Amino acid sequence: MDQFVSVETFEQWRDEARKLLAAEVPPSGVHFATHDDQPTLFGSDEPEPADDKSVEATDRSSTVRVPKSFLETARIVTCHRSPVRWELLYRTLWRLTHGEPSLLAIATDDDVHELHRMNKAVTRDVHKMKAFVRFRRVASADEETYVAWHRPDHRIVRLAAPFFARRFKVMNWSIFTPWESVVWDQESLRYGDGVPASAVTDDDSLESLWKTYYASIFNPARVKVAMMKREMPVRHWKTLPEASIIEDLLHEAPQRVSEMIERNEGFADTATKFMPSQIDLPSLKTAADCCKACDLHQFASQMVFGEGPPDAKIVLVGEQPGDHEDIEGKPFVGPAGVLLNQALVRAGIRRDEVYVTNVVKHFKFTERGKRRLHKKPDSREIFACRPWLEAELAAIKPQTVVCLGATPAQALFGRDFRITKSRGVMRATDWCERTIATWHPAAILRMPDETRRGQMLLNLVEDLAAANA
Amino acid sequence: MNVQEKLAVLADAAKYDASCASSGSKKTRQGSQIGSTEGMGICHSYTPDGRCVSLLKILLTNYCIYDCQYCVNRVSSDTPRARFTVDEVVSLTMEFYKRNYIEGLFLSSGIIQNSDYTMEQMIAVAKRLRTEQHYGGYIHLKTIPNASQDLIDQAGQWADRLSVNIELPTDNDLYRLAPEKKKPQIVATMGGIRERIDEAKEDEKSGLKARRFAPAGQSTQMIVGATETPDVDVLKTASDLYSGQKLRRVYYSAYSPIPHADARLPGQSPPLMREHRLYQADWLMRFYGFKADEIVAEKDRNLSLDLDPKLAWALANRQFFPVDVNRATYEELLRIPGIGVRNVKRILSIRKHRQLRSADLRKLRVAWNRTKAFVLTADHNPSVHDLDRLDLKSKVTIKNEQLMLFDAAGSAISGEV
Repeated sequence: MDQFVSVETFEQWRDEARKLLAAEVPPSGVHFATHDDQPTLFGSDEPEPADDKSVEATDRSSTVRVPKSFLETARIVTCHRSPVRWELLYRTLWRLTHGEPSLLAIATDDDVHELHRMNKAVTRDVHKMKAFVRFRRVASADEETYVAWHRPDHRIVRLAAPFFARRFKVMNWSIFTPWESVVWDQESLRYGDGVPASAVTDDDSLESLWKTYYASIFNPARVKVAMMKREMPVRHWKTLPEASIIEDLLHEAPQRVSEMIERNEGFADTATKFMPSQIDLPSLKTAADCCKACDLHQFASQMVFGEGPPDAKIVLVGEQPGDHEDIEGKPFVGPAGVLLNQALVRAGIRRDEVYVTNVVKHFKFTERGKRRLHKKPDSREIFACRPWLEAELAAIKPQTVVCLGATPAQALFGRDFRITKSRGVMRATDWCERTIATWHPAAILRMPDETRRGQMLLNLVEDLAAANA
Repeated sequence: MNVQEKLAVLADAAKYDASCASSGSKKTRQGSQIGSTEGMGICHSYTPDGRCVSLLKILLTNYCIYDCQYCVNRVSSDTPRARFTVDEVVSLTMEFYKRNYIEGLFLSSGIIQNSDYTMEQMIAVAKRLRTEQHYGGYIHLKTIPNASQDLIDQAGQWADRLSVNIELPTDNDLYRLAPEKKKPQIVATMGGIRERIDEAKEDEKSGLKARRFAPAGQSTQMIVGATETPDVDVLKTASDLYSGQKLRRVYYSAYSPIPHADARLPGQSPPLMREHRLYQADWLMRFYGFKADEIVAEKDRNLSLDLDPKLAWALANRQFFPVDVNRATYEELLRIPGIGVRNVKRILSIRKHRQLRSADLRKLRVAWNRTKAFVLTADHNPSVHDLDRLDLKSKVTIKNEQLMLFDAAGSAISGEV
């Protein structure tokens, strides 16, 4: 005669199953029933801790031996909301104890397959609960609590709650679901009945910040909606604040991408495009006259190339030609050039023995009335022009390169070079074994403090002398 | 600029870093009050690009002195700039974390002043989270190449994961597009991290109470498609890093159009399918015993875009097949198209008790369409006669090829498949 058994929890099923097994009741002779969809009669029919121990005690004395992995699976599968779960578990238990002890290893067996499927569904649901619970802060005068409402697919609150207790140890929080709820008071978890979504409606001002983040981290160039929906099923969107802006993000995406592809900044080419096949100084200079890699050629009077003997032992590199240089077409012929000449004399170097050039070969300026004021070249112009300097250095192969000021120093030593910190230190670079940076003569001229000015000039002379050593 | 405006700028600037993993730290730090790490990371949300949101991924600042052409934050870009204070990042992380929005923080930064200064600022955030907030959640710090070993030591003490981006597959690529970055320096920084991780592990093994050092290991990212470098070189670089630096992951990021794109490197649609194939090939190297040059058999030294790399290998090495699922070794089973590591283990477990038939494989949900021509089963498997057919490729690809291309290209937003 068929038996009818009513069970609600894993522990109850385990106890019943043990009795049925002892009485040798075959799976076909038992029907399990549960009251999933109704509130349980005894609100919190938790098994007492003492009860749990006695079960374990029976476990040891019992002659029923099943793999531990089966009990672990069963504990999870009992949270599945499928009505057939109890019978499936009992049938598997029966088979395990009636001649098929290795049954669980056979993933292709129908029952095992179904158990795995349910196990996976519940485990995934627990994982998604850990992911998608969104707490809202509810603050009163002396206390703050965090509250969330979440709709899991299965009855998993008890499986997931300990995780939240570990993670949010020093917070008071509650999680409500349609079937169960749990409250943490920083000491213990208390389980209760389900609550409808409408009971938890508070807004949290932080959600707008979260949405800002979500919108900004989205890359419109890689839309993969199916993937998003697979991992974040639409049924959960109602409780995810960020989901409310998905539609807008998708709507704007194509426009944003085409704008990104159409628009760009800076210069597509560098001086490399204008480089002659012959790398000697006269050929380089002729070719540089036609360089249009950046826009500066449109405004300057002429290109100002380096000047000096092709076998110079020292190359001096400045930033860019100034007003005078732009007009005369020669480097360092203005006030800065005069000061440089004085310093060279003091360092015992003849100007006509060194090669003098600049990182950028065209004058950059802003017009203020009739005057043309020097303007620092930006990184795009420096990058575009730099191949000329590299070609000059390759043609000359100097023993020493002296960078006058921060711009040439950063171009050769790297962008984190600080002239105030590393001036006067001889180091190797990709272009020359001996590379040194010192003050730009124009910086000395601009220095208002006279003592400091004298000191900088002295530095310049010393550094030039070091270069000549 | 208020925090919300800064967040918009500095999250936008951070999104081109593909890594979002939050796994690998098995135990929560002692003394933590908020936050935990229990091995497996959690993806708390997904954006419409199909990528997960696990960590609060932001830059401390997007000011940068470097001029890497592929990067929206390069010094020559007109992008709007912002800088978070240490307090602002700490507070954002804690508030997001307490609401269960995130699994932790992934902090990166543009280079300001110099490598060490930048690194110090990032370390200050991590340290304050750990010591003042008693935060036990995940922290991933992007390490700045060239930062001093002392700073790397500190970073590893507070972070779960450190990463240094290799950026581009070869020296030459770096020279062209990121002239300030040098591969030897990047690899040396990785080496410095690896040494400390190894030391911490040794200490733990020998029973000493080891100081925590980046328990979730280190990873890196390579941008793909910004240069002409073929897949075989990409994979060889990855392979060298896996073996030489013991990286947990190499992320491949399809070069994507960016706002304020550099005219030197014009915008294009990201090569998403190529990126997908590289990830597949990467898995084959890490879990299936394949070698980089074995996977890339195409003449142009790139992975085939219309075939997954395992199937492509099988088609090119048919002498290896058919493989008998009831007799083959673990390594042999791993080479069968359509069968993954988990199913290989299941097959080994099942066949101790019973012979596997074709229907069993289908039940295990192997990709039967791809698998069928390459296996012998206990019953009659007629498809195995196709193994020598010239048109085998079309027989084993037809269906899923279209699906995957469509999915990955994401060409149509509404066009769900």
